[in-house]
Amino acid sequence: MTAMIEITKLNAWFDDNHVLKDIDISIPSNGSFGLVGESGSGKSTVLRTITGLVDDWEGNILVNNKELTKKRDKTFYRLAQMVFQDPFGSLHPRHTIDRILTEPVNIHKLGNSDARVVEALKQVGLDNSFRFRYPHQLSGGQRQRVAIARALILEPKILLLDEPTSALDVSIQAEVLNLLTRLRNDLGLTYIMVSHDLAVVAHMCDDIAIMNHGRIVERATAGQLADGKLENPYSQQLFKAAGGYDRAVIDSFVDWD
Amino acid sequence: MNISSTTEKPGLKQWLTSDTPQSRWQAKCGRAWLGWLKFTENRLAMIGLSIVLALILVTIFAPLLAPYDPLAADLTNRIQSPSAEHWFGTDQLGRDILSRLIYGAQYTLMIVALVVITAAPVGLLVGTAAGFFGGWIDATLMRITDIFLAFPKLILALAFVSALGPGIENAVLAIALTAWPPYARIARAETITVRRSDYIEAARLQGVSNMGLILGHITPMCISSLVVRVTLDMAGMILIAAGLGFLGLGAQPPMPEWGAMVSEGRQFLLEQWWVSTVPGLAIFIVSLGFNLLGDGLRDVLDPRGGD
Repeated sequence: MTAMIEITKLNAWFDDNHVLKDIDISIPSNGSFGLVGESGSGKSTVLRTITGLVDDWEGNILVNNKELTKKRDKTFYRLAQMVFQDPFGSLHPRHTIDRILTEPVNIHKLGNSDARVVEALKQVGLDNSFRFRYPHQLSGGQRQRVAIARALILEPKILLLDEPTSALDVSIQAEVLNLLTRLRNDLGLTYIMVSHDLAVVAHMCDDIAIMNHGRIVERATAGQLADGKLENPYSQQLFKAAGGYDRAVIDSFVDWD
Repeated sequence: MNISSTTEKPGLKQWLTSDTPQSRWQAKCGRAWLGWLKFTENRLAMIGLSIVLALILVTIFAPLLAPYDPLAADLTNRIQSPSAEHWFGTDQLGRDILSRLIYGAQYTLMIVALVVITAAPVGLLVGTAAGFFGGWIDATLMRITDIFLAFPKLILALAFVSALGPGIENAVLAIALTAWPPYARIARAETITVRRSDYIEAARLQGVSNMGLILGHITPMCISSLVVRVTLDMAGMILIAAGLGFLGLGAQPPMPEWGAMVSEGRQFLLEQWWVSTVPGLAIFIVSLGFNLLGDGLRDVLDPRGGD
């Protein structure tokens, strides 16, 4: 199977900060790739670089066998869409759900926006009564469903998930994760999922990379991550930290770089 | 059609306050209704609104309301004190001050409306563009804004009117030219707070163009603070227009513009106080009305106030 996304030697900078260092990632079509690491490790920056929200980068990014240049065009946005971490911040507070979903359809001239909006809402398990509400009239889980519907309405092949459940409470997390799993199977999507929650990533992804200080320090499979069979000392530390708070464990932590 | 008639049956109020609106129109109406409820709670704002509405009504029905011709001079009736025939007295040419006041309302309203129509969109566009693009576009636009802001408003308006020639149209133009910079500043500040937010980036990832982002996504976030600022400024605009009229650079005689009326009466201010005082009071009341209205609108529209 050919790779849907192939990233080689990706480096990125925020002003003088070197935030991504020689990232190599390859994801097959319909695959699901997880990026884990602590806050500030650069995992979200990988997604933002792919989508063109980071200007200063070098390296090669191949998406669907097409090399990305500095500027993304409309065809790219039809191929890859992103779901943001915070559903309270990623929906325009003064637009109705209907407007949020209709706008991309009109921009890409897909036509038949009415039916597409209804269909997109149905896909994420929201009924039509939500259509003309404003985001502030929805709960966090419902908002994240709308954000997913917005990403799906352009029928992309790739979904970039930036901690899609970390702003939601535990019961809603499971709902949204199940929804994402179902959508990947139904629509044949390719996922890159960023998270600091090892359990979520182990559940959702086939392959995993652990990042620290802008570098991939270890690659693992979902099984290895779930069992804690990790070799790199930073990865082991991360795994222990995910186990819950333990004073002895926390005291033993060091800053790996 | 069928759906709307069945949902409307339980009553208009229920239709407006429904938390599951069935159409874009209903969602909009519902939001407007809630805003209106909040607005009516503010008594001072309601007073402001009624003053502004009264001004509009007086403008529309001036020919019906005015007891005399505002321009007809009657030298036998010069500077009469207020009486049953002339409620606010007459001026130095024997013209009825009440009638002049009523006909003058339209000029006040026209000045305010024209300035708002021209200055607010210009300020909004300059400010959002500067805030959104940043870099040299921001620097250029904001330095121009700063230059305009550095001048006292009235002095700049005076300079413009002297250059363009006296007259009410030029006065409006001059006020508009001096009114936009604060709006550009506000719009820029609001734009900077939202331009990096997730929903703007999300829209960018949907393929929305820069123009679409500014007009469709950024402007709605700036508009409420701008509306408030504009209504608060309306009082100032009326005063500048009156000031220009007073200095003889705005409305030209015999036009019954309120500022010009104050100016004409100043030579009799000590003995015949009403000639200047009555139009002065009118300016004061209308300015106060716009100020109160602006204060009330801020409570309803300010995005930081809730939602």
